[in-house]
Amino acid sequence: MEKIYNKKQENSKIVKAKPETVSFLLNYSKSLKITKVKGMTFESNMN
Amino acid sequence: MEVKIDDPILIQRYIAGDERALEALINRHNQRISSFIYSKVNDRGITEDIFQDTFIKVIRTLKRGTYNEEGKFLPWVMRIAHNLIIDHFRKNRRMPMYTGGDSFNIFSVMGDEKLNIESQLIKDQIDCDLTALIEELPVDQREVLMMRIYKDMSFKEISENTGVSINTALGRMRYALINLRKIINENNIVLTN
Repeated sequence: MEKIYNKKQENSKIVKAKPETVSFLLNYSKSLKITKVKGMTFESNMN
Repeated sequence: MEVKIDDPILIQRYIAGDERALEALINRHNQRISSFIYSKVNDRGITEDIFQDTFIKVIRTLKRGTYNEEGKFLPWVMRIAHNLIIDHFRKNRRMPMYTGGDSFNIFSVMGDEKLNIESQLIKDQIDCDLTALIEELPVDQREVLMMRIYKDMSFKEISENTGVSINTALGRMRYALINLRKIINENNIVLTN
């Protein structure tokens, strides 16, 4: 097959993560609890 | 006037439990990190995924208290993002994924062998009609046709099984097809797919 040169270009190069992604990360951070017991680290997610 | 708080202070606050400090850090570096990822992967969806995975790593490291690169928050996050980009390309090399754009769709040049639901229904109906038509044939012709078409036997095998010569078997097959066509024409039956 011939090469296709008319690949669609994105209009803008300024890229930002969506507010939903940021919101997910903030919620993930709030729900993540790290507990250290006798040198061992436990992660728990209180969702 | 808004006071800009430096990254190390925000990190300290976040580690101390201030979740708003994380929000400030993400918002401050969102564009630079996203643009960096996008410049490598050239796909907005993948950029979002890698951005998310990057900050999940950041959050876990900060909460675990293992972060020790004071004053170099952004380069550290960039390095995590960079490693995840490499992981992404490694994974894709093992499992290449082809997606179509507006001008080209891979599924227009390849497909599976299976019939779609509609064609399968039509085929089933034709098979059913044909079975009923074959029942109308004389026994000797029907026997040869069934052996040839449904059991995929050669005319030599058919002649051995029916005790007639190969030529007779060939003749019966020919008449079976002629008679089938005649029944179809006389009854105006349409068999198409």
